[in-house]
Amino acid sequence: MVKDRNWYLVPYVVFIVLFVVLPIVLIVYYSFFDIHGDFTFENYIKFFTPVYLKMALSSFWYAFLITAFSLLIAYPTAYFLTKLKYKQLWLLLIIVPSWINLLLKAYAFIGIFGTYGFANAMLETFGIGRQQLLFTDFSFIFVSVYIFIPFMILPIYNALDKLNPSLVDASKDLGASNWTTFSHVIFPLTLDGVKSGCQVVFIPALSLFMLTRLIAGNRVITLGTAVEQHFLVTQNWGMGSTIAVFLIIIMVFIMVISGSRKRGIKL
Amino acid sequence: MRKLVQAFVTVFVISFLLIFIVNRLNAAEGYAGNNTITVYNWGEYIDPDLIDQFEEETGIKVIYETFDSNEAMMVKIDQGGTAYDIAVPSEYAIERMKENDALIPLDHSKLPNLKNIDERFLDLAFDPGNEYSVPYFWGTVGIVYNPTMLEEGRTFTSWDDLWAPDLKNQILLVDGAREVIGFGLNSLHYSLNDTNKDHLQEAKDKLVKLQPNIKAIVGDEIKMLMVNEDAPIGVVWSGDAADMMWENENLDYAVPEEGSNLWFDNMVIPKTAKNVDGAHKFINFMLDAEVAAQNADYVGYSTPNKAAMELLPEETVTDERFYPSPELTDKLEVYENLGPDMLNYYNELYLEFKMHAK
Repeated sequence: MVKDRNWYLVPYVVFIVLFVVLPIVLIVYYSFFDIHGDFTFENYIKFFTPVYLKMALSSFWYAFLITAFSLLIAYPTAYFLTKLKYKQLWLLLIIVPSWINLLLKAYAFIGIFGTYGFANAMLETFGIGRQQLLFTDFSFIFVSVYIFIPFMILPIYNALDKLNPSLVDASKDLGASNWTTFSHVIFPLTLDGVKSGCQVVFIPALSLFMLTRLIAGNRVITLGTAVEQHFLVTQNWGMGSTIAVFLIIIMVFIMVISGSRKRGIKL
Repeated sequence: MRKLVQAFVTVFVISFLLIFIVNRLNAAEGYAGNNTITVYNWGEYIDPDLIDQFEEETGIKVIYETFDSNEAMMVKIDQGGTAYDIAVPSEYAIERMKENDALIPLDHSKLPNLKNIDERFLDLAFDPGNEYSVPYFWGTVGIVYNPTMLEEGRTFTSWDDLWAPDLKNQILLVDGAREVIGFGLNSLHYSLNDTNKDHLQEAKDKLVKLQPNIKAIVGDEIKMLMVNEDAPIGVVWSGDAADMMWENENLDYAVPEEGSNLWFDNMVIPKTAKNVDGAHKFINFMLDAEVAAQNADYVGYSTPNKAAMELLPEETVTDERFYPSPELTDKLEVYENLGPDMLNYYNELYLEFKMHAK
């Protein structure tokens, strides 16, 4: 009987091996070769030079900012969504923009943030005058947050929606203020949603590359930019893979420290 | 759930029906299954009317695909997923493709129109005797600028003009390691193909000093940004400059006198070709004087086709910005293939230069 059931696992195992294990093994394998195809540790030594360390640090910093701002906006949004009458409809409206191609959205923002774009026209009518918006940290983080925010709202919304309202009532009946109810009851019980939201935003934000050129005009350099350049321009697949290995290590690390311990919600 | 399945099935059925109808229509027009060629070209780099004309004249159906960098194109041809019959790489990419055995030699007897090409552009170092390639367009790298946004009388006769302290946050650069390091080298009167690491380091240090003046380093969007007057100065390829000037009449273009890059895009037949005969027909068609003239008029790049130049308006071919005088042409250099080690070094420096953004 048990043997029979193992057969159901075959497609799953094949999928995991082909599309998860094998690519990672290949990346690790390539990272030990230089451009001439000779075995070397040099790529790893090179990663620990100031150029790449600075790049890693700046990727980390921007990914952190993007995640923080997304969370700051997403949590209240998700909270109010659960209070609305047609919440499924509102949720749909938030998800729909994420179906539009990323590149298309980026190009739209070039138009909006341009010197003679919509945003500057608005600033001018309010008497603030034209500002340089495109190619600044502000526009980079703004557009990234815009793109990632549905992925932050969804898990938080799910966690909030599943929250048993009688717990909130109980907290209030026992004399807790609104803030205490939030910080001691609501937030801890939705922490799993927050964590998975942060993972889903932080990890792709770490290796963003299209936006760094289109919106930030290469004023922001992330590890993703370097990977792209090494694979497409220099054809130095070894160095590109080495950076990818570090990205994977950082991601695993993040998954571990933010791993959910399966508490709360299970009522 | 059932509705979802129904919707999916409907979409599939309709798609198949459409594919079937398109196939039938093509067959009715005489496009047999094998009689196609796949052309792999840069974006916005051909007059689409010419493709129709070629299809009508020869009965060969053209499948047209585009790429945006030589490197991306080479990777795709190496992988061999699609049977490209024509590709249009730049000169240094041709050297690399030759080394990798990725090209099929041309049969000159099938290309009678090759005689239309200006001798200056034949038999060049990257492909002696034009064994593998025929020039498609050529041009330079220079500075496009918007005099209405700058103080009156400002010109760009030297690369050093970019370093002027009053140009803070005004310059857009095209995102290419060889272009950027290249003008850094040129501004120091070194060769574009310099492999002396001290010279390269010196060029990088000089470029880092340019950072305060740089607004952004971008790709193809540079055209849109310059046309919309988002910045007054851009370092671009001459063809892109021609496009921009077509859309915004305020713009002007200059090739600095220290010298610059002279580049060629060339038609080749990659190893992936399935219809070599059709590919020759296509190359020969594009070399026809009238076709080349119409194409040059549409694309706006400089044509190497002497016969076509006679058909182009006088003001186009005498415009020294795009058909530079022999004195300047002598100072222009074609990129040499510097080998993977040097290319890697260029890119490392370029990455370091980019890192100095703040």
